[in-house]
Amino acid sequence: MSNEEGAALSGLFTGISDLKESRSVKGTPASRLPAFVLGEELGDMADRDPRVIVMTADLASANRTTEFRDRHPERFFDFGIAEKNMITAASGMASAGMVPYAATFAAFCAILCTEQIRTDCAYTNLPVRVLGHHSGMSMGFYGTSHHALEDIAMMRTIAGLTVVCTTDANHLRAVLRSSLDHPGAMYIRMGRGRDPEVYAEVPDITIGRAIRLREGSDLTIIATGAQVHAALEAANTLVEDGIQTRVVDMHTIKPLDEAEIRAAAAETGAILTVEEHNIIGGLGSAVAEVLVECERVPFRRHGMPDEFALIGPPAGLYAHYRLDAPGVTAVARELLGRG
Amino acid sequence: MAERSATHGRNVSREFLEERAKFVRLETVRLTKIAGAGHYSSTFSAAELLACLYYGQLRINPAQPDWADRDRFVLSKGHIAIGLYPILADLGYFDPKLLDDYTRLGSPFGDHPDMKKIPGCDFSSGSLGHGLSVCLGMALAARPQKRDFRVYCMLGDGELNEGQVWEAAMAAGHFGVQNLVAIVDANRLQIDGATADIMGVEPIHERFAAFGWDVQRIDGHDIDAVLGAFDTLPSGTTGRPQMIVADTIKGRGVQMMELSLNWHVGNLVGRDYDAVIEEIKAGLKPVAATEVRP
Ligand SMILES: Cc1ncc(C[n+]2csc(CCOP(=O)(O)OP(=O)(O)O)c2C)c(N)n1
Repeated sequence: MSNEEGAALSGLFTGISDLKESRSVKGTPASRLPAFVLGEELGDMADRDPRVIVMTADLASANRTTEFRDRHPERFFDFGIAEKNMITAASGMASAGMVPYAATFAAFCAILCTEQIRTDCAYTNLPVRVLGHHSGMSMGFYGTSHHALEDIAMMRTIAGLTVVCTTDANHLRAVLRSSLDHPGAMYIRMGRGRDPEVYAEVPDITIGRAIRLREGSDLTIIATGAQVHAALEAANTLVEDGIQTRVVDMHTIKPLDEAEIRAAAAETGAILTVEEHNIIGGLGSAVAEVLVECERVPFRRHGMPDEFALIGPPAGLYAHYRLDAPGVTAVARELLGRG
Repeated sequence: MAERSATHGRNVSREFLEERAKFVRLETVRLTKIAGAGHYSSTFSAAELLACLYYGQLRINPAQPDWADRDRFVLSKGHIAIGLYPILADLGYFDPKLLDDYTRLGSPFGDHPDMKKIPGCDFSSGSLGHGLSVCLGMALAARPQKRDFRVYCMLGDGELNEGQVWEAAMAAGHFGVQNLVAIVDANRLQIDGATADIMGVEPIHERFAAFGWDVQRIDGHDIDAVLGAFDTLPSGTTGRPQMIVADTIKGRGVQMMELSLNWHVGNLVGRDYDAVIEEIKAGLKPVAATEVRP
């Protein structure tokens, strides 16, 4: 790997201030990357709504809620390295009328605090918003302790919990805005914060309704999170093989847009799911659960095989596990027998 | 490399240990450059502690990493594995050349240690707050086995925010696990600020004493003080768990990093890199900062 790649990883932290401001990703300028809009968007929401609270667990400098802290110090709480306490305290805040956004690495909220999320946030049906950033294996060579490849599976079995994956910065803004008055608790999954742009403007979204980004008649790729970008790139490449690919951004994992899945089966005849998550229990499993009850079509779940990821920089890992655009293209060809 | 018996006597000089602490810092800088990002300052605060442990205290045998009677060491603040790997390589657990691919795709060596891939690494870590419980379990296992090994755990002061640490502290006091030795690298900073400002943990020594631990508080950069603390550790597996609170400086050894919040993760390039190498080689200067700096 190049130094660049590692530097980009650390660029989310303090220490490399010039990099933080200047580095673009695949043509998306730094100012339009999710890491740079989270604190700003939450700050704007708090300007308008007195219920908004932001919490983090010694990672304000990684998720850049520092911007919120500077604008609304009285509504910002750094809980230190004590995630379970933070999540349950968030439920207490919510019961007292606030809408708390609790942000930390996905590994240390969804995975470390599953029981607190279930019992204190979901079972109580309180408006706690758990923000899990750096999900999947986007922490690269930090290794499994910092990866979250199981969080979708864990979160989506919790009754009443809404589970949403954010695609890029504009989509993140849209999800945050629609979360404000959404009933019950939510798990909002973010990537590394350096996810390239898919939506040129803040999209009009409905939680629970998928977004069809591209039409096609031969195959549907249903993707979520940062893999939506890879799916769109793959679809463009597949045109060269004469394969017309529909691309669906399944941003809400729960409640799942079953109609969109049925339509894909009926209209395009083959489905590939793509996610940065163990293929057990994630988006692919959720889609499969719908498909077995309606239509049998050529289908493949693509994601992380059921193993712990290698050590490596993020780009190297995506290539290795075929979760980048060339990888998704290759898997799509295999599914359609054009491999 | 100095002469060492297989079970590590204390036949090492202060100068040698200072040299090894310097080696830890230099290797941290070199490996960070390979990765493009690394935890300099969290490692620098623990350089003397790691050197004293591995070259002056632990009962280990690198030729036999799974020796049942060995002392165990668990790096609960797993993000300074970058400082541990070079020591393990230097002691002969594996070929130092393997570190040249640090963090590259497929390397055994990530930012946090993996016990399955690294000879000499007694337990995987990376999620803060787990290590003391791991060590408690290891130390208790010595009892039915009738073994007398010790288990050493290194924690960060920010890490003490985690509730699980206090569950382990309570249980260790309750079970009277005397072969458990915790070392807190009290370098006064966590990521978002001074530990005192983010989530206060002091007085660490009084808190652990209240949980039934024997506590010493020392200067963690003073090699004689560290070895002195090790010398007073009692033997035997039952009695009171042992705590060494080591007052340290985050970033110690590179003046621009000392007590600076800017270097939790970083990457030195160009002239900065060369200057830091020279500064470390020249040895510790007086501490540059007494207050936390942004
Ligand atoms: C459970 C958990 N939460 C958060 C993190 C992210 N993290 C890594 S290092 C660190 C700060 C550690 O502070 P401290 O224990 O004081 O050690 P230092 O780096 O200052 O030496 C944090 C929050 C983590 N590794 N594990």
